[in-house]
This record gives sequence, C-alpha cells and structure tokens, in this order.
Amino acid sequence: MSTVLKPDFGSKSHHFIFTEEHEQLRESIRNFARKELAPHAEEWEETTFPDWVFRRMGELGFLGLTYPEEYGGQGGDYFSGLVLGEELGESHSGGLCMGVAVHTDMANPPILQFGTEEQKQRYLVPAIKGEKIACLGITEPDAGSDVAGIKTRAVRDGDGWVINGSKTYITNGHRADYIVLVTKTDPDAGYDGFTLFIVDMDLPGVIREKKLEKLGMHASDTALLAFQDVRVTDEAVLGEVGKGFYHIMWELQGERLIGAAGCVSGAQRAFDMTLKYANERKAFGREIGHFQVIRHKFADMATKIEAARQLVYTTAWRFANGEYPVREISMAKLYASRIAVEVADECIQIHGGAGYMREYGIERVWRDMRLNRIGAGTDEIMLDVIGRSYGL
Amino acid sequence: MRPHADEWEDEGFFPNTVFTRMAELGYLGLKYPEEYGGQGGDYLHDAVLVEEMAGCGSGGVAAGVGAHIGIATPPVWKFGTDEQKERFLAPAIRGEKIAALGITEPDAGSDVAGIKTSATRVDGGYVVNGSKTFITNGVRADFVVTAVKTTQEGGHRGLSFLIVEKEMDGFSVSKKLDKMGWRASDTGELAFQDMFVPDENLLGEENKGFYLIMANFQWERLLMALGSTGSMFNLLDTAIQYAKERSAFGRPIGNFQAIRHKIAEMAVRAEAGRAITYNALRLFAEGHDAIKQVTMAKLQTQRDAFRQADDTIQIMGGAGYMKEYGVERAARDLRLGPIGGGTDEIMKEILGRQLGL
Repeated sequence: MSTVLKPDFGSKSHHFIFTEEHEQLRESIRNFARKELAPHAEEWEETTFPDWVFRRMGELGFLGLTYPEEYGGQGGDYFSGLVLGEELGESHSGGLCMGVAVHTDMANPPILQFGTEEQKQRYLVPAIKGEKIACLGITEPDAGSDVAGIKTRAVRDGDGWVINGSKTYITNGHRADYIVLVTKTDPDAGYDGFTLFIVDMDLPGVIREKKLEKLGMHASDTALLAFQDVRVTDEAVLGEVGKGFYHIMWELQGERLIGAAGCVSGAQRAFDMTLKYANERKAFGREIGHFQVIRHKFADMATKIEAARQLVYTTAWRFANGEYPVREISMAKLYASRIAVEVADECIQIHGGAGYMREYGIERVWRDMRLNRIGAGTDEIMLDVIGRSYGL
Repeated sequence: MRPHADEWEDEGFFPNTVFTRMAELGYLGLKYPEEYGGQGGDYLHDAVLVEEMAGCGSGGVAAGVGAHIGIATPPVWKFGTDEQKERFLAPAIRGEKIAALGITEPDAGSDVAGIKTSATRVDGGYVVNGSKTFITNGVRADFVVTAVKTTQEGGHRGLSFLIVEKEMDGFSVSKKLDKMGWRASDTGELAFQDMFVPDENLLGEENKGFYLIMANFQWERLLMALGSTGSMFNLLDTAIQYAKERSAFGRPIGNFQAIRHKIAEMAVRAEAGRAITYNALRLFAEGHDAIKQVTMAKLQTQRDAFRQADDTIQIMGGAGYMKEYGVERAARDLRLGPIGGGTDEIMKEILGRQLGL
C-alpha cells in the first residue's frame, strides 16, 4: 500500500446489498428508461403515460422482479425491486414511476401475500405480464391519514357483498382493470372491522368520476372513484375478513420504503443535472459552481442525499432479512421525502430564472417530489409513528 | 378577477381588458401625476394596490399588472422627457399601451454588467442587436423599456435604456416561455435584429442606464415584498379555515398540536414580513436611502411566502396537492420570489457589502 492515500472521489464500488447481478439489472433498466421512456416524458406530462408501458415492462420482466417464478415473476430478492425503484427515475417522469410503483409495490404485493391461488392466477399472473393494471383504494374524501376513518362499506348480502362508498387520489384509477379496495365490513369492530376486496373495475356500479389535476405527477392518472351497490362474491375477499386494516398497514411499509428509494434517486438526478449547469453557466466572470455559496449548496445537498441513501439501504437490508422495522422505515420515508424536496428546490435556485422555466425539467422534479411528503403517509404521520414507537 | 383566475391560468394568458378595466378604475395611475392622467397619489397607494392584488388568486395576473405599473413605467416617469411621457406614460395609464421591462438576457441574469444587447450609434438613433429573456408581458407589450450596451468598455458603465416599440422593424417575440408558475402571465423571449431605434426613444442619459436600473430595483423589490406579504396573510386564512373544518382521528386537525404550532409559526411569519416590509416602505416613501431595508424585506418575504404556501399544502395534505384548491398554484407562483427581481443570493451579496464585507 502506498504511504500517501489520496481520496478516491471516482470510486464506483456499489453498496454491499447489491450483487453483480443487481448491477446488470440496473444497467438494463436504465437503458430501457433512457431509450424507450425518457424521449416521451415531456409529451406524457400532457397526456399521461400510455398503457403500453406496462405491457413493454411486462415483456422485459420488470413488473415481476420480486415475484415468484410460478406466477411469471423473476424470483428476485427485495433489492431487485429497489433497483427498479431507483432506475425507473431515468424516465424523467415522476408520474410514470408512481403509476408503475402502485402496480408493482402497492396494489399487487397484498395479492401475493394474502391472496388465494385462484386470485393469484386471475390477477397476479396477468399483472406481471402487464396485461392487467392494478390500483389501490385506501384514501377517501373524508379519510386520508386517518385510515381508520374509512367509510366505504361492504355489507353481507346472501352469499356475496354489496359495496358502497367513494375513494379519491387513486393513482392508475382511470386505467386500472382492478382495484384492491379497503372497506369497512363491521363498523363496531374498530381496527378489526376492515376487509380488503379485489374489485374488477368493469363491474356495474364502479364509476370513474373525474381525473384530478395536480401540482405535479402529471404523467400519472389520478381518479376520484365511486362505488354504488357494487356486488361481489366471496371470491373477491382478499385475505381475512376483518383483517383488512392490518393487511394494509403491512402493505404501507413496502410502499414507503420503495418511495424513499425513489426520492433518493430523484434527488440524485436533480443534483447531477444541476452540477452540469453550474459548471457551464457563467456569471460575474466565472462558472457559478466556483462561487463558494454555490459550492456549499452542492456540498449540503450531496451530504443529505448520501445520508438518505444509507438510511434507505440499511433499512431495506433489515426488511429483506425478515425484520419488520416500522420505525426505521418511517424514518427513511420521512427523511428521504424531505431532502428530495429540499434538494429539488435548491436546484431550482441554482438554475435561477432557467430553473423556473419548464424547459429545463428542474421545476418538474420539485413538483413531482413534493407529493412524497404527503402520499403514503404524510410527514406528520411518519413523525407520529416514530414518536409513538418510543412509548410517547 | 378572481372568478376568471382559473380560466386564465389554463389559457396561459389573461386578456388585455384587465388593463383597460383597471385604467377605467384609475388603478394604473395611482402614483402618477394628474397631468398624465394619473391619480396624483404616492407610493403608498400603489402599495395598497399590490397588497390587494394578491387576492385575485393568480400570481400571473398580479405579475403582469405589477410589471406594467411597478417596473416598466416608473423609469419613463422618472427619467423620461415630457414628450416621452405623453407618448408612453399617458397611454399606459389609460391602459391603451402595455409596458414591459427588458433587462435579463440568456447569458446575463443576476450579473447585469454582463448584458450583451448592443446599440450602435447611427445617424438619428441606434441600431440594436441582441436578445432578452424572461420578460413579463413580453408577448403582449406595446413597448419595452430595454437595457442596452452603448459602449463596449467599462462593464455596467456602458448601459443605456431605449424604449423599444413592437412595430419597429427587427423586433420579434421569439418564444413564449412555459413556466412553473405565474402561468396566466405571458413571459417572452425577445429578439432584436438590426432594429433601428430613433434618438427620441433614448430614456435618460446615454451610458447612465445602470443608475436607472438601481433606482428601479428598490421599488420593484418593495412591490414583491408587499405582494408576498399579502399572499402570506391569505394563505394563513386558508390554512386556519381548513384546519377548523377538516377532521381526522376524531377531531378538527387544527386541534392537533403539530398543526396548531405550524399555524402559529405561519402567523408570525406573515406578521414579521409585514413589519419588515412596512418599515422599508416608510423609509423609501419618505425619500430616504433604504437599500438595506428594502433588500432585507425582499429577502425575508420571498422565501417565507413560499414556505407559507408549502406549509399550507402540507396542512391540507392530498387536497393541497390537487389543483382544485388553488394552494399548489400559490406555491408555484410564489416560488419565483426568491429568483425574480434579484435572487436571494444577490440580496445576500448586497447586504454583505452593506455590512462592509
């Protein structure tokens, strides 16, 4: 070993949770996103992204990375899903990332975990092929963070159920073939009164009310849905009757962790774009990156991103090893969402007037990332979960 | 205006009738002398207008009107000849001509001394070549008060101002820019190609344009501080109302300590913004050198107003993220504050130097 150690800023070695196989997967998802998705990102902001994205990703095997081979999945580990969450960002479309993540990491995992064999064949298999698209119905007009306040009712009727209620802010709600729906089946049973159903979206009484317009995530479709006397059979029940609340709390953990990984990669991408800009843009006779104030902004951003990344990776490692680290998942989700929004904002600031223009795509990163402090549990809910985990 | 704000935001433009209607009401000439059709008021009247414009619900409309009354016409009033005031200021006050100010260029934003648009002396006037960008009202403007370089030497010492008219040969709007916020206002990229501008359109003294910019900046920054203060109070009201009406976990969310404290901080922020702004406004209106106070007011209120909108989004949760409630628009609109009229970083530079560093 040399006696003089020089810092190696260009070191490419990857984190220990990732193997060579993961890195190859990373490369192939990145190439796909850059070549087949990114060129359309601008257009999809206006139109929302087309359904063929699911079919194409199904063909490439990207929709079933962590699902068993018997259902058409790749049989990969949890980290391969993390790789997808990180690299799909190369599409430069936050709305697309969200639409896909709802399918792969939110709506379908409960079917794999709690579904019957018949449900897996009927929904999971075509979902992994990208032939059926899924959405997840938790939030209602009067119940967001307060999941226990859900009012959508499923009432026993003969040998089936009748569902009435409404759901809002449902990603993929307009394009979905089925919804994993949280309902109340016993209003007097508290947390034990909830049940999940898989409801086909073409059933009579399922109404896709309106396409909601949002601050960001314009490439994704967001729906207000109504359920009016929708009749389903017992086969539509997902998991155990009365255990829906616990099923969905389990689902939220995976969703939050993947969301956190997306935040880290989104922040990193904005950082890289801005670093390039700061090396090119001149003011007062030099590249703006060479002003101390701007240099320190980059130093701050890089430190935040790295801290968030390590928090996500460490938590993912524990999760993948069978632990259920709800406190740390909440921390990772809270911290990564916050720093992603801070970084995106700082990147706008470094770009100045150009950052405010749509052309550079930086303002879009902020608008897209801003959702993460609200969706999948707000900052305030994360703080509450973390605080209560200490017995407070 | 409020009932049309959504429509104008979607169209990316508000109609010119806003100017004519405001002129009818006398709002475009509040601080200008009666001889040009103004109301003969003072800066405080304009201040009231700008604070109240925050209630129109569209930062873009406020910006378009603000550019006309607050940054593009004051130099004509301050530095123009009587003839220029008749030709430009009077019709601007009547809402018949719409004004824009052209300083920023693709390669010169914060760094005003880096302006490259050149005006070369010829017989009877100047030939202008160059481009301007991020120009509010740039697409619709009848005249643009434009910063040009009249000598190649000496950085900011070679700047002059010309009143460029849209009918002039060689003037074109090369692009209507698409933005994060302020979407109802038209932001233009302008190109000048061998454009002849006659001597009578020279505003103020040749090569003294930098002083015109500096004089103008104080009022522009004060207006931004006032507008943001108005928005902070509006957002505070919105947040309080929502927190009282929305229930979760069995009670109105405003009864949770985390939300209550967030709103308490928002109230302090609005109040502090108003105090620092009014102090700067008072000094400025009394004719004192208020560069330090104006700079501080601009810096403090722009960042805070954006935070105010961001906190309101957070309190409203998913609803805040939806377009329907108008709060996400407030955030997008207010995000320009720490960039436009001199970035936060430039404000800190000015303050640092004021402190002798």
